[in-house]
Amino acid sequence: MRKIFGFHGGIHPPENKHQSLEHPIRDAGIPAELIIPVSQHVGAPAAPCVEIGQAVLGGDVIAEAIGVVSVPLHAPTSGSIAAIERRPVAHPSGSEALCIVIDTDGEDRWRSLEGVEDYRTADPAQLLERIRECGIAGMGGAGFPSAIKLAPRNPIETLIINGTECEPYITADDILLQERAQRIVEGAQIIAHIVQPQEILIGVEDNKPEGIEAITAAAAGTDLQVVTFPTKYPSGGEKQLIEILTGKQVPSGGLPADLGIVCQNVGTAVAVRDAILDGRPLISRVTTVTGDAVSKPGNFDVLLGTPMAHLLHLAGYDERKNRRLIMGGPMMGFSVPTPLAPVVKTTNCLLAPTESELPTPPPAQACIRCGMCAEACPASLLPQQLFWFAQGKESEKLEAHNLFDCIECGACSWVCPSHIPLVQYYRASKADIQQQRKDQAKSDYSRERFEARQARLEREEAEKDAKRAARKKAAEERAKAAATGEGEEDPIQAAIARAQAKKAAQTNEGSGESELEKLERAVVTTQKRLDTAQQKLSAAEAEGSDLVDALRTGVEKTQSKLDKAKAALAEHQANHSEAPAAAEEPPVDAAQAAIQKAMQAREADAQKSPQEKARDQLGKLEQRLAKAQQRLADGRAAGEEDKIIDALSASVDKLREKISETRAQLAETESA
Amino acid sequence: MEFITNQPLLAALIALVSLGTLFGALLGFAAVYYRTDGNPIADQINEILPQTQCGQCGYPGCRPYAEAIAEGDVINKCPPGGEATIQALADLLDVEAIPLDEEHGEEKVPSVAIIREAECIGCTKCIQACPVDAILGAAKQMHTVIASECTGCDLCVEPCPVDCIDMVPVPQAWHWALPNPVSRQTEIIASDKPREAAA
Repeated sequence: MRKIFGFHGGIHPPENKHQSLEHPIRDAGIPAELIIPVSQHVGAPAAPCVEIGQAVLGGDVIAEAIGVVSVPLHAPTSGSIAAIERRPVAHPSGSEALCIVIDTDGEDRWRSLEGVEDYRTADPAQLLERIRECGIAGMGGAGFPSAIKLAPRNPIETLIINGTECEPYITADDILLQERAQRIVEGAQIIAHIVQPQEILIGVEDNKPEGIEAITAAAAGTDLQVVTFPTKYPSGGEKQLIEILTGKQVPSGGLPADLGIVCQNVGTAVAVRDAILDGRPLISRVTTVTGDAVSKPGNFDVLLGTPMAHLLHLAGYDERKNRRLIMGGPMMGFSVPTPLAPVVKTTNCLLAPTESELPTPPPAQACIRCGMCAEACPASLLPQQLFWFAQGKESEKLEAHNLFDCIECGACSWVCPSHIPLVQYYRASKADIQQQRKDQAKSDYSRERFEARQARLEREEAEKDAKRAARKKAAEERAKAAATGEGEEDPIQAAIARAQAKKAAQTNEGSGESELEKLERAVVTTQKRLDTAQQKLSAAEAEGSDLVDALRTGVEKTQSKLDKAKAALAEHQANHSEAPAAAEEPPVDAAQAAIQKAMQAREADAQKSPQEKARDQLGKLEQRLAKAQQRLADGRAAGEEDKIIDALSASVDKLREKISETRAQLAETESA
Repeated sequence: MEFITNQPLLAALIALVSLGTLFGALLGFAAVYYRTDGNPIADQINEILPQTQCGQCGYPGCRPYAEAIAEGDVINKCPPGGEATIQALADLLDVEAIPLDEEHGEEKVPSVAIIREAECIGCTKCIQACPVDAILGAAKQMHTVIASECTGCDLCVEPCPVDCIDMVPVPQAWHWALPNPVSRQTEIIASDKPREAAA
């Protein structure tokens, strides 16, 4: 006999299990309509992959898993997709959720199913994939995708099949043990093949003698060990069961897998067996319908998506007697807003109690700090302290008192002499804290992004400034160099040098040759220019170009120049005077003047105070603004596109901004 | 030894001076070595602020407001944070929690900016306005908001020349609510009950 351990706390509420155990499992049949919520498990909702009106066969995938923590959904029978819409579902919020609605045809035609021939030789990864494809999620109540739970990081020492079912009223697992013990054992062996444990335990409370007998008989000759232990609520909780069977406590915030333990419900074991050996996806489950408001309580093999009303009708439901319909048991269950909500993968029980059976809790009174809740708590928490902090919304203290180790079993509320709905406080606080964590994570992320952006803007600004400063410095240096005449690369200097060189050459030449030669050459070159101009003019006239007039004036001018040059030559030849030189002088003078002007400007610029510079810039900007405004007005008048108008007005705005900036700068320099 | 007994005054003076020098050096070293950069209070305040970067407080972002609070500004200028933030700031700074200053805006449900993409002209003004770079786009190309990065600050709405940005409330997931403190509303003692109920 294996040593049995205990766990802290726990309670002994009336079991009320016999009512639903009088009949064997009944088939709930095929209702006219199946409503299949896309989110029946923990994790991401499945994504519908069927269209309205599409015909489906039993076992067809109707919604696909999205992401890792998710499972697909299958059509429980043949029919056609009637709708994909929001329908009321069994959820404590009482809200609606996306559902796939199937109109059944009653023929129950199936697509061909193929099981794995010999799972003992199959690759565990392949079996896990099939478990996932068959949509199996934990059937004990939480609905965690089984394929993930069966692929732990650590090697597994102990596999526990949970047949405890400690919650009052519920007998779905008990009836499975009684009627489908062989399938449970097969399922457990398949799971064992996947996780390769050293021992396989089936844990059952001692209030199920028939179930224990059946499962012991089925497990005979295998390496499964059936372990029974005294009845106490909530020994069926995963962490509590592990402590009972192994004496180990799952650390706070840890997983059973950290201790080398994996726990699976008996219902899940049967579903795994059906998926692997028959290839049958999870489309039905055993659900207990009980309570004094039903005349024929019992267990039903029910298709997922069956409206609760259909199931209640089969059990002889009397709506008048029933005060509230509960999904799950009296301890951990929650009220279902409407019996139109469907049965889902985690619906282990429908409880329809009368008022005398489960009376409305009396109004809560003040906590008297009796400490009974702390004695009852199976997680060794201090419920009265948690209650205190939850009222004051003291998140840090709640976490310090291990709020997140609360399994929400309801033992504290059950023993509370002040009838305080303690669990509701913990649920609300947990949700609050989770929301806070989410918000904090989001705000941390936003801060990071904001700071990164600030850094980027600063960097860009610094780069720009550096470039601007470098340009300014270079320009100033050049200006200084030009003013002192030292610069070699300065364009103005270079131009001056070139002009001077040219002039020097000319004067040199001029001194070398006689005036007569010069005049003769002038006549020749002017003649040449006149010839080319006339050619161009005639070509333009032939083409009928617009340029004819311009060219004609050009020709006339050249002609007059030629005449002048000829006259000068004649005059020179006549009196050998030096007059013709005057013809050449004006252009030289003009160049000289331009050079001088540029030099002056440069010098003035170099000597200018920043104030004057700013004022100049302001003048220039104002000119630009006037131009831009003109352009904008023109654009508006011409009815340009909005985009262009926007761009123009943006540029006007920008110029205005710059002007105001320059003004500010000017004011600053003036005041300085 | 003899010196100490002969010159007690001088010996005491030397001892005190040397001790003073030693501890002074230690303090000086500590001041340099254990120097904290920035303002730790401002950092803590910044941790509490919601990082919406909306500027409704009048400062260009949460960090500047955090620094302003550290310098003594009031704590009720943050509408996105609302009462919860004011409470947390009051706890941190050990001051009285005051109601939100309506002048800076009201506490609103968290929202996210959505660009009506067909109407976007690609002007990039919203991109420049976004404090967390949550808008993707380029000049003359359609822009879009990366919803997971958006803080809902609505700074992008105003610059948009064609008003194609909507602020859409983010659907809040349902969760359990705290029960009503029933005990404070019901009269337990029979004689406290209203007359009709007692009769």
